[in-house]
Amino acid sequence: MHTKSVAQLAKGLRERQFSSAELTRAYLDRITTLDTQYNSFITVNEAAALEAAEAADRSLAVGNANALTGIPIAHKDIFCTEGVRTSCGSRMLENFIPPYDATVIERFKAAGAVLLGKTNMDEFAMGSSNESSFYGPARNPWNTDLVPGGSSGGSAAAVAGLLAPAATGTDTGGSIRQPAAFCGITGLKPTYGRVSRLGIVAFASSLDQAGPMAHSAEDCALLLNIMAGHDPLDSTSSTVATQDYCATLDDSLEGLRIGLPAEYFGEGLDVTTGECINNALKELEAQGATLVELSLPHSALTIPTYYIIAPAEASTNLSRFDGVRYGYRCENPADLHDLYSRTRQEGFGEEVKRRILVGTYALSAGYYDAYYKKAQQIRRLIKQDFMDCFEQVDIIAGPTAPGPAFALGAKSNDPISMYLEDVYTLAVNLAGLPGMSLPAGFVEGKPVGLQLIGRHFDEARLLNVAHRFQQATDWHLSTPDSAKGGSL
Amino acid sequence: MQWETIIGLEVHLQLATKSKIFSGSSTTFGAEPNTQASAVDLAMPGMLPVLNEQAVRYAVKFGLGIGAQISKRSVFDRKNYFYPDLPKGYQISQFDAPIVGKGSFEILMEDGSSRTIGITRAHLEEDAGKSLHEDFNDHTGIDLNRAGTPLLEIVSEPDIRSAAEAVAYLKALHSLVTYLGISDGNMAEGSMRCDVNISLRPIGSKTLGTRAEIKNVNSFRFVEKAIHHEFQRQADILEDGGKITQETRLYDADRDETRSMRSKEVANDYRYFPEPDLLPVVIDDIYIESIRESLPELPVEKRSRFTAQYGLGPYDANVLSDSRPLADYFETVAGECGDAKIAANWVQVELLGQLNRAGSAIEKCPVSATALGALISRILDKTISGKMAKQVFESMWNGEGAADDIIEARGLLQVSDTAAIDAIVDDVLSASAAQVQQYLDSDEAKRKKLVGFFVGQVMKLSKGQANPQMVNELLAKKLA
Repeated sequence: MHTKSVAQLAKGLRERQFSSAELTRAYLDRITTLDTQYNSFITVNEAAALEAAEAADRSLAVGNANALTGIPIAHKDIFCTEGVRTSCGSRMLENFIPPYDATVIERFKAAGAVLLGKTNMDEFAMGSSNESSFYGPARNPWNTDLVPGGSSGGSAAAVAGLLAPAATGTDTGGSIRQPAAFCGITGLKPTYGRVSRLGIVAFASSLDQAGPMAHSAEDCALLLNIMAGHDPLDSTSSTVATQDYCATLDDSLEGLRIGLPAEYFGEGLDVTTGECINNALKELEAQGATLVELSLPHSALTIPTYYIIAPAEASTNLSRFDGVRYGYRCENPADLHDLYSRTRQEGFGEEVKRRILVGTYALSAGYYDAYYKKAQQIRRLIKQDFMDCFEQVDIIAGPTAPGPAFALGAKSNDPISMYLEDVYTLAVNLAGLPGMSLPAGFVEGKPVGLQLIGRHFDEARLLNVAHRFQQATDWHLSTPDSAKGGSL
Repeated sequence: MQWETIIGLEVHLQLATKSKIFSGSSTTFGAEPNTQASAVDLAMPGMLPVLNEQAVRYAVKFGLGIGAQISKRSVFDRKNYFYPDLPKGYQISQFDAPIVGKGSFEILMEDGSSRTIGITRAHLEEDAGKSLHEDFNDHTGIDLNRAGTPLLEIVSEPDIRSAAEAVAYLKALHSLVTYLGISDGNMAEGSMRCDVNISLRPIGSKTLGTRAEIKNVNSFRFVEKAIHHEFQRQADILEDGGKITQETRLYDADRDETRSMRSKEVANDYRYFPEPDLLPVVIDDIYIESIRESLPELPVEKRSRFTAQYGLGPYDANVLSDSRPLADYFETVAGECGDAKIAANWVQVELLGQLNRAGSAIEKCPVSATALGALISRILDKTISGKMAKQVFESMWNGEGAADDIIEARGLLQVSDTAAIDAIVDDVLSASAAQVQQYLDSDEAKRKKLVGFFVGQVMKLSKGQANPQMVNELLAKKLA
């Protein structure tokens, strides 16, 4: 049953083909057997998951089931989970057990889903390879010498390795889409404000957004139906009405206008990856879509702009980790200053410290106008580029990443080349737009992701296009060899 | 050299909202440490602020109360610094887009003169928690009950010229905010905390000197003392040819001195930037107007009405309009007895005197305004003398009942029976033949004194119950 989609599993549960307890047990067994290869989970929630599964079975027995009742879901270890350690991939929160659930978790629980465990991630979501995790890197099921991408690398690896039917991730600059692309799964970053940020450990508040990661667009739609919606406890969450994201999946693509930004197909894009993308676009064209070449003129400024704004916000979001109230505290501090400096020196990893330094610098008196303020101005221009394009087209398409997954260690000593990994994904966060990645082929056995970018709150359209593509292709159904072992 | 003192005040006013500015925790004072701190107040991971609308409403009320510009769009910013009682490592405040812009209000000095003090701005922010340095064996305890309490920081222009003006400003501010009902103004509980910016310049000079900021001065008296002390310290330095260092100083009330805070405690680059977890606060004219309509009569308006309507002098009007309960009390007394001037006198002298001696407040006064009005009516209708009334008031204060009951029970009715008084006057005059002769031989000035003597004798014989006016009239007739 681990090869089934969420939609199929939900049907199986409702038809009593198997119980949620059996299903959950099966995934727990697979995690035990196979996750030694992937290191995709930081915490497995075995006992509580089985309890929740039994509760779900009782609901199913009386016919009181929702779309996700009894479905095991893995959550990125950035979502606070009541009673379950939430480390955020950091030593700083190695011992942190939240007394509350993130709104996203609360919604999954209310929908009857089973919390399978917490997945590996780059420390505080800062990274594109999962190598900055304090708990060791997660590995790519397609080739365990490769990175799974980041920061939601654990979620992507868990889904690709069939250790969970679906997972959640967060995306601040590509952290759902890039690992989805690297691991050959489907991932959606919703519009900023579509999903509540409450209870998600903050990285960059104006960019962070949670979304679903699964095998198919249909499964992502099922999850988004649970996740999306206004939260009065998150002031930045939107009051724009949600829709049933499953309802329009089958809509025709006839007349759809797809924009292809020249900047996403130029220098820096791996040739074979580019061919995969072009083939995917031909498929969409065959279904009635029109391809329109256009330009996002400020694309070159995306990386510097992002790497001012995100670290600036992160530098202050991470100030609360001071060893005073919770989390890591250094041994025997001599005084207050020693408590602060050693706690943070020992509790944070290199990449996190680098970004705190960069962000602190960008906000400092005398530099604020030149960096942070300027970056915010450019951010508006980048957003305007997209708005201009959406006058002409319905969605924008291109590669999710410049190339497929790279080897562990290949870029870990070169932050700049690592940052370049996100060149096609960052602008979407800066503009607050919804974006998704779906499997579109392979380069030497490594998955390639097609990125789709939509208008604000047009998630339904992205999912519709992705679903129609997946009805005509089977890239998303491929299973890595490493996942074929294990039980069931 | 003659120095002019230039003072600007920053007042941190605690707003009287039921819950905190960004969380649902209670703001009640005096709870057990950390019992009023939620996950938001503790800055637990993933927690987000949600703005308390009541705090915005109160800030707008204040702005309208000082005739200030209200910003239709104001922005919260993060002020970053590390301190154990600042859980997030930043304070949510407002930096360059505060909710209240320029305004002003009038302060009245004891000599009746008045001055207008400019308000630069007022902005919303959250309070920090408290560090407790005692009782923890060389450790510091943290109480986060206060963390997240809404504050309005009110910044004045450097328009204040003396300690007396500073105190008058604070009293006027206190009066205004309690009128508006936006703060309990309880200084002992830290509801109004004050930072004093002070510099000196030679009288006649137009340029400002270097200032020192004295932090956290928490009573009217300490403000006065701190300014006096700081004036002397700066004058001494300047007169010795020295220079004032721009710095933050702490007022030590126990030693009555200010001292420099270690530079480590103050040398901060706060790295202000817009708080990404909150949207800008956008309000419209309808909102502002609805608040304007709900404003009560303000102290300044009440003061001028008291002058116009009751013919009170500016000082009396100021004292009586100082707080809403006192003003209401006075107006009830005046209405009951029908004579505002006597009512004003009684409320200020007898009533406030008693309250001060008892260390009590008008809200807890054992004599109701109606009861005091009834007592004054008995003076006006000549049932008792003013002197008698004071005794009756004492009895009323002690809970012995209404004025009329006490007057009757004690037989204090004033004697206005002409025959009875006539007899006593005759007795006094015949018993004081020498003084009568003296009176007849004297000039006008001396006679006045002797009349006083005769009146005193009559009052003594009548046990104070003779109507003094009638006694005077009879004496005049008989001595003519």
